[in-house]
Amino acid sequence: MPIQTHRSQDGRSLVIKIEGRFDFSTHQAFRDAYEHGGKDIKGYIVDLSDATYLDSSALGMLLLLRDHAGGDNANIAIENCNNDVRKILTISNFEQLFTIR
Amino acid sequence: MDDPAETARLKILVADDSDSDRLILKSLLKRLGYSVVGAANGRDAVALFQSEVPDIVLLDALMPTMDGMEAARQIKSLAGERLVPLIFVTSLTEPEDLAGCLEAGGDGFLSKPYNPVMIKAKIQAFNRMRLMHQALSDQRDLMHERNRQLQEEQHIARRVFDNVAHTGCLGAPNIRYHASPLSIFSGDVLFASPRPAGGMLVFAGDFTGHGLPAAVGAMPVAESFYGMVAKGFDGSDILREINQKLVRILPKDMFCCGIMVEADFAQNQLKIWNGGLPDTWLLRSPTEQYTLPSRHLPLGILSADQFNADMQSIRSQPGDRLLLMTDGVLECTDSKGQLFGEQGVLHAVESVGGDAHPFDVLMSEIQQFTGQQQFGDDLTLCCLEMVDEAGQAALPDAGELSALAGPTQWQCVYEIRDSTLAEFNPLPLLLHICMEVPGLRRKSGEIYTLLSELYNNALEHGILRLTSEWKYTPEGFDRYYSERATRLSEVDGHYIKFSFHHERMPSGGCLRVVCEDSGRGFDFQNHPVLQATEMAQSGPRYGGRGLALLKRLAKSIHFHNKGNQIEVAYEWFY
Repeated sequence: MPIQTHRSQDGRSLVIKIEGRFDFSTHQAFRDAYEHGGKDIKGYIVDLSDATYLDSSALGMLLLLRDHAGGDNANIAIENCNNDVRKILTISNFEQLFTIR
Repeated sequence: MDDPAETARLKILVADDSDSDRLILKSLLKRLGYSVVGAANGRDAVALFQSEVPDIVLLDALMPTMDGMEAARQIKSLAGERLVPLIFVTSLTEPEDLAGCLEAGGDGFLSKPYNPVMIKAKIQAFNRMRLMHQALSDQRDLMHERNRQLQEEQHIARRVFDNVAHTGCLGAPNIRYHASPLSIFSGDVLFASPRPAGGMLVFAGDFTGHGLPAAVGAMPVAESFYGMVAKGFDGSDILREINQKLVRILPKDMFCCGIMVEADFAQNQLKIWNGGLPDTWLLRSPTEQYTLPSRHLPLGILSADQFNADMQSIRSQPGDRLLLMTDGVLECTDSKGQLFGEQGVLHAVESVGGDAHPFDVLMSEIQQFTGQQQFGDDLTLCCLEMVDEAGQAALPDAGELSALAGPTQWQCVYEIRDSTLAEFNPLPLLLHICMEVPGLRRKSGEIYTLLSELYNNALEHGILRLTSEWKYTPEGFDRYYSERATRLSEVDGHYIKFSFHHERMPSGGCLRVVCEDSGRGFDFQNHPVLQATEMAQSGPRYGGRGLALLKRLAKSIHFHNKGNQIEVAYEWFY
């Protein structure tokens, strides 16, 4: 599976790890990942350490996650992006919506 | 598929020169419920195939006049795309002979002597194959037809879209652009429009996704853009409106990356807003080039109170070229799958020299890189050149005289104060009031220029007390705009009041506009532009150019009080 989930160490956040291409083909799996994460989740961490590529539909999916997680009150971090992925997030100024580290 | 009703209708052609063998096979097949026609040689078999149109053919390999091989070839060729299973009934057993039967077009064998069980099983197997082929062909034809319909619908949709999202003034001599003919279904848009008081607005956008959803999202963007530019709104107003509209109509995961460019040729000023599109390039000379990166989130994501529509102001020079592009340019790939990328654009920009136009250089580098004459659908590239104001064609007087007479005798007063001065641009509203008079509507460009000169002078010089000379040096230019923003945010106890008075005249009408501000005014008795018949270049309060423009458009100009009240009269004729 290109998408795997687990709880963070303190158990409060859901970590969604994406492998390979983060694009429209992962749409359903990504959605399933956060929708079935559990009700007690306080935040989300999208781990892109093994993601090679990210396209505009992936940006759209991140916006869907943000909406699901409470819109402006959402607590979402995007972690471990490679340079290409980081560049795409920067051009779109997504750091205004997500914590990118 | 083995349904008896279906098999009952199967028609089988049997060709065998041995009368007894043919008779045996025919009666056997009839007993199985098939309809059967018989031929005694290959030539008759071909003729019967044409007249009877059987579903399956059983051929003896060795026959006089025309053998089974030749008959098989002709029957297969006559059948064309239709799959007619062709089974050789033969006593041949040598592999070479049997292979020859298959090469001639045979689909299988039945060996003599006949075994009824085998014959039945084989015919049913081949019939299944025939029906499957038939189903596939039908589906393929249906798909072709649907695709044709879809393309036709897209062409019609494209025509409708073109009427709404027309190319505006993209054909102007100072604009070069490339946009795919079907780009709308790929999600790219490119619009350009002259502004009522001169200058231009250009918008390039790239919707996430493509196809119909992108096209549907693009329609209201086009409508807002062209509608609002014509009414005198500026780039920031239009961005706010587009953003709000897209937030409302698009699903959460869809948005539009975009660039808005406001070019003011008279003031030599560019304003730009980039949300999510690649760096825009400002090319001044081979050694002086700047990138203007995306500083904002794309359109359609942030709510109105979070959205930032502030445009970056840049002092420009005639001959400056602005190169804007969508992702499609960076995403061009060569035969090895390598991306053209920012490196490709940088290389192209750096190799522009002599008389070569940067647009042509970049286009040809993309062509060389991809090795294609035609690019992908989602590539949009636009180059806007700053030109001398004189080089700009004047806007034609808009529209025919309306059938409605409109108001001729009216007056109104409109005043805005304090924080509203910083937050609201009253010009589109004031223009709208004047445009109710058909005679003024034909002169919308002149009226807009008149109102915007009055308003900007009242605000920037009257209230904010900014010095227009600042704008003529690079350092001063930045200072002018940062001071403007600071002072605007601190405005307290100030107002600008417009009073309009319109009346009928023998062959037209006269509009009187009084613009009063709460500023300290200026010494208009000794202003060089007001005193001299020759226009001076600048003055202490009114920039020489602004006042000269007013003098040219208006029949008369008068200053009152301490110089904080200006009255202009504008006459129009049928």
